[in-house]
Amino acid sequence: MIRVIVFLSFLIFGSTGGEIAITRGMKATGEPERLRPRELLRFLRKALCNGWFWAGIPLMALSFYSLLLLLSWAPISFVIPASALSYVVGTFGAKYILGEDVSVARWMGVVLVCAGVALVALG
Amino acid sequence: MATEGRLRVKTLVMVCLMVLCANVGDLLLKRGMLEIGAVPLTAAGLAHAFRMTVTNGTLWTGIFFLCGFMLSYMTVLSWADYSYVMPAGAFGYALLTFFAVIFLHEAVSARRWVGVVLICVGVLLVGQTKPRTTDQPSEARA
Repeated sequence: MIRVIVFLSFLIFGSTGGEIAITRGMKATGEPERLRPRELLRFLRKALCNGWFWAGIPLMALSFYSLLLLLSWAPISFVIPASALSYVVGTFGAKYILGEDVSVARWMGVVLVCAGVALVALG
Repeated sequence: MATEGRLRVKTLVMVCLMVLCANVGDLLLKRGMLEIGAVPLTAAGLAHAFRMTVTNGTLWTGIFFLCGFMLSYMTVLSWADYSYVMPAGAFGYALLTFFAVIFLHEAVSARRWVGVVLICVGVLLVGQTKPRTTDQPSEARA
């Protein structure tokens, strides 16, 4: 059970952290001016030179391999619903790292996801 | 009006495709890992599992479907609102559990079903809250 909790944390923090890093990288890169092959290649080169992009890739890989390991140990009807905890982490990140306003409805959603994951984990 | 109707149908088809691709992809990943077996948490076990995962056809088919999910998700978001697409994503958790019972013969207790429903409603509530940066000026919130 401990290994499942540990790798579920890797899955959730890896995907959330990876998405944040790649989003920052892509925002710093900007968008391609035209959808032409040469322009797209220049855009890709610019993205690949961004440190945030390279920080995001290993995190996403960690998250994917954690998912595969979890699927080798636990039923999918537990693993995928439990991965919804990323919405909880995302909401806390939005509130306490990005300083966003989080509505009461969103907090209620967080409570429901937590309760749901607890029930799913109990089997 | 006809254009609006066509857009509605197009969005619905893409959302269904998106949910189906995500669920089929996840189910194939599970099937692939069932073929490989439980991975032992040792250096040798992880190295062996890594070699097995990169050569497993079922896993690559799953990844192909997950790429299809990403593509359809990004495409549908290019014309439809996130708040319109989001409920389908939440509904996906229930559909996946249903597929797990049908195709992988997993036993899902009543308690786990209640948990899945709570997760669906919770994800719906978290996702329905629009990011402030994308709010329309006419939709000012208190």
